[in-house]
Amino acid sequence: MFKRASIVAAAAAVVGIATGAQAATLDDVKARGVLHCIVNTGLPGFSYTDANGNWAGFDADMCRSVAAAVLGDGDKVKFIPATGKTRFTLLNSKEGDVIFRNTTWTFVRDVDVKLTFIHPTYYDGQGFIIRKSKGVKSAKELDGATVCIQTGTTTELNLADFFRANKIKYTPVPIEDSSEARKNYLADRCDAYTTDASGLAATRATFEKPSDHVILPEIISKEPLGPVVRHGDNQWEDIVRWAVFALIQAEESGVTAANADEMAKTPPNPDVARLLGAEGDLGAMLGLDKAWALRAIKARGNFGEIFESNLGTKTPIGLERGLNALYTAGGLQYAPPFR
Amino acid sequence: MANTHNPDMTPGLVNAYEPGEHPDWPAPSSVKGPAHWIKTNLFGSVTNTLLTLLTIYLLYKIIPAMVDWMFIDAAYTGTSRKDCEAQASGACWAFIGTRLQLFIYGFYPEAERWRVNLTAILLVVALAPVLYDNVPHRGKALIFTVLYPLIAGVLLVGGIFGLEYVATDQFGGLMLNVIIGVTGIAFSLPIGICLALGRQSHLPVLRIVCVAFIEFIRGVPLITLLFVAAVMLSYFVPPGTNFDLLVRMLIMVTLFASGYMAEVIRGGLQAIPKGQYEAADSMGLKYWQSMRLIILPQALKIAIPGIVNTFIALYKDTTLVIVIGRLDILGIGRSSLADSKWQGLSTEVYVFVAIFFFISCFLMSRYSLYLEKKLHTGH
Repeated sequence: MFKRASIVAAAAAVVGIATGAQAATLDDVKARGVLHCIVNTGLPGFSYTDANGNWAGFDADMCRSVAAAVLGDGDKVKFIPATGKTRFTLLNSKEGDVIFRNTTWTFVRDVDVKLTFIHPTYYDGQGFIIRKSKGVKSAKELDGATVCIQTGTTTELNLADFFRANKIKYTPVPIEDSSEARKNYLADRCDAYTTDASGLAATRATFEKPSDHVILPEIISKEPLGPVVRHGDNQWEDIVRWAVFALIQAEESGVTAANADEMAKTPPNPDVARLLGAEGDLGAMLGLDKAWALRAIKARGNFGEIFESNLGTKTPIGLERGLNALYTAGGLQYAPPFR
Repeated sequence: MANTHNPDMTPGLVNAYEPGEHPDWPAPSSVKGPAHWIKTNLFGSVTNTLLTLLTIYLLYKIIPAMVDWMFIDAAYTGTSRKDCEAQASGACWAFIGTRLQLFIYGFYPEAERWRVNLTAILLVVALAPVLYDNVPHRGKALIFTVLYPLIAGVLLVGGIFGLEYVATDQFGGLMLNVIIGVTGIAFSLPIGICLALGRQSHLPVLRIVCVAFIEFIRGVPLITLLFVAAVMLSYFVPPGTNFDLLVRMLIMVTLFASGYMAEVIRGGLQAIPKGQYEAADSMGLKYWQSMRLIILPQALKIAIPGIVNTFIALYKDTTLVIVIGRLDILGIGRSSLADSKWQGLSTEVYVFVAIFFFISCFLMSRYSLYLEKKLHTGH
């Protein structure tokens, strides 16, 4: 989770460059018949194992969509669970083909660690949660508070920046992961807990009385989370990018998992016709077939469907679309034209 | 056993029995028995009394609450955390229950899980002749033991004899801990013995290689070695070589344990008096004969506690495989906790995993005690 570019990642990147030109990832994936997708070892709503041992969640479903586009079957995914420290190394050593692990797009990671960020699939931001009984209405009133914070993450740096900028003092309580944070916060060892707003919502949903806790209005950082691929393989980068865009465009055009086949047969407009391969041959330009986007959409639905089934208001996580709504609904999700 | 009936206790009647006719009376309760034990051990002095009372108080505070949480007020059925909370305020074992298969087999295909069970049963069969001398047909059984790693590999991975192929990345949960633990334990002992002997060797090259290997292993954390095995190795081997990740892990864990094992055994070797070596030489025994017949049996006996210590440490280290993207029992627990239906039940998961490890490690330590007693020759 948004761990800062660690030494390990940097070292791996250096080795990655040393190996020189990248072979075509698409060929590797096709030859293997399985997409190697790096996911979180466990983050509510994004990636976790269900009772049958299947990976589930927003990120896992995105992997399936890409696999469906490339290999024709959304189940041809091997999930590689990775910690924040190992994810970039696993990608650069070619153990994985793509990272779908709520990774924050930052300057250093993009430029210095030599990663290629595709597109933010989830716009997040760091927030605070605190007990209502403390009577705090704004993060700026947190002077002298103890704050639970995950170590080694960008949230730690954001927190320090925020308190310094507002000239208020705090005591950090370092913790290792979100379940530990939950325990510490509930045991009152810290007044407030800070992490990504999506994580706060997910954590709050598990409290005995969620309404006793309030998520403060301030969002103190930008956390654009999205898929990552290796530097230097433009074809593969394009495939992952346009697979994600296809899901977003599908939502905008009203194409769902249920009606995709029908839409492909009788497209309501030229945009949908091109997207679903009824017209033109965009797939061939990616090195795929005509129905690539159709399959991606059919795997787990369009962007909105994937969001709602894993994170939306009907799930225990209960997140609003917010910034992640389409631009037509006041959000930031916007796909370039398919032409 | 009232003392009034014991003629010994009455002065003047000491010689009431003929020589050799004296009956064996039980010791009086003032010098033996539970009451005496409690008096001397728990209330022997003021400090002891205070400590005893304090301990009783603490246990009184902890034990009932723990039993209450774990058993009495626990929920055993349900399909989500909310279900559990509706039933009881204690532990939610339903979570572990619904995912028990996942905790045991990881992602191993459901239809093929009998192969894991069979491998586990055969493991017991293979271990029996190694652990105990009085197993019937021990000689033949030992041949099976030697062949066991091969049989286990074929059974678990498959791909031949009509068994469906199961990729090793589908191994997980408890089975992964046991596979890595048992392999590490089984192979680190012989390798460790060789390294320990090599370190004491008179051949300089052999000695230097062994010393360098041991010092390198001891100087690097296991997590680093696993990391190298997982991600760096692909830079060093020729492209296209696909070296299974599980095999890489097994090798690394085994080498790591061997380094420590070598030092434990060297401790045992150094405890053997020089006279033993000289005696072996004077018998005309060759190097390997003297090691096998004289030195090692004594050295290993001395080193048993240290060896088992290393085994236990190795076994617990198997949870580190999470850093290279394999989910062992603890990793399965973590990824299960992220299921929003069950989120927040970390205590149950950690207690469950702790119980599993405690049972495994306790058995190992009990066996080592048994072995020490068996091999105790009184000198």
